Amino acid sequence: MWGRILNLVVKELQQLRRDRAAKFRLLIPTLVQLFIFGYAATFEVYNVATIVLDQDHSQESRELVARFAGSGRFQIVETANSAADVRRAIDHADAVVAIVIQAGFADDVRKGVSAPAQVIVDGTNSNTALIALSYVSRIVADYAQEMEQDLSRRTRAGARPPPTVTLESRPWYNVDFNSRWFFVPGVIATLTLIMIVNLTSFAVVREREVGTLEQIMVTPIRPLEFILGKTIPYFLVGLALVVVIAGVGTLWFQIPFRGNPLVLLLGTALYLLCVLGIGLLISTVCKTQQQAFATNFFVINPAFILSGFSFPIASMPDFMQWISTINPMTYYLVVIRGTFLKGVGLEVLWPQMLALAGLGIVLLASSVLRFRKSLD
Amino acid sequence: MTDAPSRPAVEVRGLTKRFGARTAVDSLGFACAAGEVFGFVGPDGAGKTTIMRLLAAVMPPDAGSIVIEGVDAVREPERVRSHVSYMPQRFGLYEDLTVDENIAFFAELFGIRRNDRDARAARLLAASGMTPFRKRRAGQLSGGMKQKLGLTCSLIHTPKVLLLDEPTAGVDPVSRRDFWRILYGLRGEGVAIVVATSYLDEAERCGRLGLMREGRMLYCDTPSALKALMPGEILAIAAPAPRAARDVVASLEGVGGAILMGDSVHVVVDGAARRLGAIEAALAAANVPFDEIERIAPSIEDLFVSLLTEKAE
Repeated sequence: MWGRILNLVVKELQQLRRDRAAKFRLLIPTLVQLFIFGYAATFEVYNVATIVLDQDHSQESRELVARFAGSGRFQIVETANSAADVRRAIDHADAVVAIVIQAGFADDVRKGVSAPAQVIVDGTNSNTALIALSYVSRIVADYAQEMEQDLSRRTRAGARPPPTVTLESRPWYNVDFNSRWFFVPGVIATLTLIMIVNLTSFAVVREREVGTLEQIMVTPIRPLEFILGKTIPYFLVGLALVVVIAGVGTLWFQIPFRGNPLVLLLGTALYLLCVLGIGLLISTVCKTQQQAFATNFFVINPAFILSGFSFPIASMPDFMQWISTINPMTYYLVVIRGTFLKGVGLEVLWPQMLALAGLGIVLLASSVLRFRKSLD
Repeated sequence: MTDAPSRPAVEVRGLTKRFGARTAVDSLGFACAAGEVFGFVGPDGAGKTTIMRLLAAVMPPDAGSIVIEGVDAVREPERVRSHVSYMPQRFGLYEDLTVDENIAFFAELFGIRRNDRDARAARLLAASGMTPFRKRRAGQLSGGMKQKLGLTCSLIHTPKVLLLDEPTAGVDPVSRRDFWRILYGLRGEGVAIVVATSYLDEAERCGRLGLMREGRMLYCDTPSALKALMPGEILAIAAPAPRAARDVVASLEGVGGAILMGDSVHVVVDGAARRLGAIEAALAAANVPFDEIERIAPSIEDLFVSLLTEKAE
């Protein structure tokens, strides 16, 4: 039995080694995606085009504007003379944010009453808008607090300043909210899914298409042996892929790896069982490689979106949340981020490991059963 | 033919396979002895491929029994696999592997030892003139060579029963001759060969023939015995425009059938001497030129057309 399985594994790797296109498809998109996520995918917002309409022309108003310009988040692209200028700039997308300071601003600040300043944000890109708004409120809050302290010092000289509450947020694990730390480890899960599902399903469907599957099935080989012979090579390819991505992530992008590599290895092995099961299941319902390609796309995209890779699962409607609980990527992402960023081990990650093992067994078992049927 | 042993290599009784409402194979019974070549002939859709797939235990039958080398192939398909070799119309080769690697792969699946494999592969490849191409990728072989490589892979485990489905479809004449030379060699070694074909020259090479139509075996006998069944006689009309000649004579009285054979028309008549005059007259009247008309011995193809049209009526 093992002789026949080994024979298949050797043949499969031999074919893969000769298939230039497959090697290209495996390596180049992996690196390209890794570098795209490493460099381009970021939630942070810098240099937001900003227009300023200052109707107060006071020292206080200029001070506030200077704080926006000095934060690095906003770039003052224009100083408007009228509200019409502001509207035109936003409409033409010359500016994304407008800061409007109304006359009387300085007086109100000095008196210590609420001072009118308005921020207009182009909400077309809701993500950027929200993030820009959060910067705006932080800058304004800082400014207001300082003004208040300054005021109380001047009005009640000698007296103690009134107590103020300062919220100091302290993010753990990723102190700077570095998007790259969030994305690059996650890419391990997405790329492994895409690559291994494609390779596995194509490898089986190709045998069906070319007629070698029927040829093999009239030899004394058993379906289970065939499946093992077809999946072991891609299990190995998957492990190699994870090592490459994790290597580039830690060495090139300086992503910290704080946990135990063996825990990640275990999680990866269990995740690969699920991924191979998905690939095999797809191969049992597809007759041609084109069909397999279309089906893979249909499976991979939702798996990506419903995994918590970039969209928080807690914000999804119940039904979508339910789907994400049968999505192996959901659990694997927890394992990856846990081992990379938090440095936690099995004492924390065991529920995810169990879920991955359970899903892997169900997926592989059903693919073996379906595969037997698809032979008739 | 060699003397048949008491137990046939392949014995089939009441074999039936349905696909939905269509009966692809209808209560088929036949036997093939060791060292015999048994051929199935018939038009497309007659059920030939289904028979081969049933015999190879690729799919289960709806009814009937298949006994191969004394083993019930329906109940224990795994046990017969090492005795049987099945070569479909298009043998599934790995086109990105070399000739040698393909052979090694299939040998390994049958658990053949390396020494046995090397010796047998060398002999089979030499017999088919493939020795110079051993390092070539299968994808770069011609159609004929691919089919010979397929045969080599099928034979690497020394099967006792060889099932061939249209083995030489699309194969050049030289390769086809090589192919049959190998088959005759196997027959000499006592291999039972069951072949499905729509090439009637190939059918003439078989020891016995089963004539199939719509899943039923209408006749089963040696080619010469089948020819003796032939009703009427054959006239061959050599004509520059054979199609036109066929159309003229097909509807004449006493003509059972007319088929094109190269640049002549073979006409089945109830009596050659009786109908010759009428045919000549009809061709002259229709202004269709012809060179000569002669009575010939029937070929399998003539027989086939005549028997099948007769049964249909």
